Amino acid sequence: MGAHAAHGQAGAATAAMVAAALRQGDKMIINMGPSHPATHGTVKFVLTLDGETVDDIDIHIGYLHRGFEKMSEQGTWQQVLPYTDRLNYVSPLCNNVGYVMAVEKLMGVQITPRCSYIRMLVCEISRVTDHLTALAAGALELGGFTPFLYGVEARETLYPIVEELCGARLTTSYTRIGGLRSDLPDGYGDHVIAAMDKVLSLLDKMDKLLTKNRIFYDRMIGTGQLSQQDAIACGVTGVMLRSAGVDWDLRKHQPYLHYNELDFDVILGHQGDNYDRYLCRFEEIHQCNKMIRQMLRQMPGGPVNVGDWQVVLPPKAAVYNSIEGMIAHFKLTIDGHQVPAGEAYQAVEGGNGEVGFYVVSQGNGRPYKVHVRAPCYYAMGVLKKLVVGGMLADIVPTFDTLNMIGGEVDR
Amino acid sequence: MPTANPLSCDALIRACRARAGHAVIGSHALRDDATVLLSREGLVGLATQLRDDPALAFDMLVDVTAVDFADYPPGLRGACSPVDADRTDGLDCDGLPRFEVVYHLVSLGHGHRLRLKVPIAADDLTVPTLCGVYGAANWAEREVWDMYGVRFDGHPDLRRILLYDEFEGHPLRKDYPLRGYQPLTALPTLAEYADHETHR
Repeated sequence: MGAHAAHGQAGAATAAMVAAALRQGDKMIINMGPSHPATHGTVKFVLTLDGETVDDIDIHIGYLHRGFEKMSEQGTWQQVLPYTDRLNYVSPLCNNVGYVMAVEKLMGVQITPRCSYIRMLVCEISRVTDHLTALAAGALELGGFTPFLYGVEARETLYPIVEELCGARLTTSYTRIGGLRSDLPDGYGDHVIAAMDKVLSLLDKMDKLLTKNRIFYDRMIGTGQLSQQDAIACGVTGVMLRSAGVDWDLRKHQPYLHYNELDFDVILGHQGDNYDRYLCRFEEIHQCNKMIRQMLRQMPGGPVNVGDWQVVLPPKAAVYNSIEGMIAHFKLTIDGHQVPAGEAYQAVEGGNGEVGFYVVSQGNGRPYKVHVRAPCYYAMGVLKKLVVGGMLADIVPTFDTLNMIGGEVDR
Repeated sequence: MPTANPLSCDALIRACRARAGHAVIGSHALRDDATVLLSREGLVGLATQLRDDPALAFDMLVDVTAVDFADYPPGLRGACSPVDADRTDGLDCDGLPRFEVVYHLVSLGHGHRLRLKVPIAADDLTVPTLCGVYGAANWAEREVWDMYGVRFDGHPDLRRILLYDEFEGHPLRKDYPLRGYQPLTALPTLAEYADHETHR
């Protein structure tokens, strides 16, 4: 059988299921995925079932592995940025911000207050799109098609806002080392407010359809329960950690950018089950809304980029009309940012938890190593604890509220 | 959790030196990231104390990765991995082995962070596992095994995780080629597949 492994995988799985069922008597081994209609994401669960009870689960990830870290070692520091869009692709701006902050930390660059505020603004918009995706897809996979459409419509209200900013809905590549690709467009604040108003009204409709819905509630409450101890020991961060009642949000407890100037609450759950994770995401969207409006009110003026031409490209007028400008442009583009030798780790609160970048420089324009700490990876690592002993059907809501994003887990 | 008493980088490094003694090879606090370089013999003992001591309370293992210094410019290693000057065995930065396993820890109660780095030689790529201290180490160490080929002694389930079992080599090593092909793998027979999945 010299055929490539991809051929006939489904056939092999079905046959293996039968063979294993015969071998083990009443226990059955079944493959769920890698392309299953109730898992939004490419992942395979090899389940050992005793009737409908999950006896054991082996989680196979890596179907979307593109070698992010290997690719990052091949170009300049700035050229890594487009790859970061493709990590968590429903909140790419959080990754953009996290990556450039790590490089700036190692370089010792201080960004401008306006840049900092715009970065927070786009991170919060991204967090809303991330949470909306999790809520909408979760509803869909439990049979709620209408709330799914409301959720996606809300998300589609925000994507044009992101597009207005950087020309792309998902592949944003908006940040630059030392600044941003561009300042906010004219009238941007009003567009954001109008979009957020619409998002809230759609969210209200989802709330009415889901939160007290008997069927939805019964599927969510008490299923996929995660204890505080397990959550902390297994490196779970973000909504999953907070839904278990652990008060830990990097924006509040290790504030970066200007988050310490914003007034918001950290949303906590009680028992860490699927319903708590659902409610936490819902409420976090309301907190994001509050923060977005505050930021637009408090938005400082001034430049968005640092003035140093060794960090940010000079303005085009200087590039075309002065020898210094042209040389600076050339050096930064061809040689890259000269990052001093050393290492740094920078974490930001992404849609799913702590997105961390560990960068190692060899003292020139090319990264020696870029490692991303993906929050979903650790969430997937704890999935086994959440589903073993439960029912097969409960895997679906648990996997939904965990909100695995393949691009981030598999890198 | 309230961020009660975050310790300074200096205090964290002092605490590690007091607890791990000679296992500590060096330390730095570049860009306010407290970093301790230590030998693999001291790793599990120090991690356990860091977790259990209420003044330190590093309750979460945030991340595990490795760095392959094979292509690192000579003379610059000290910027990442400084070695104590007063060592009696004469070890210096340029004498450090090729690989380092890097652990990032955080204390949710205190809000401080710490990086531990364990240098290991290419001909003996083993470190003790932290699975007994932090549950998060299980998947994190599997990834380091997959990408760098570092063996974690005592790991309960050290299989590849992002790549498939038949993959040859460890792609994040600096000598792994950028272009090339992996061998085609034969499709398992029905019996082989079922056997593989039931007897993991």
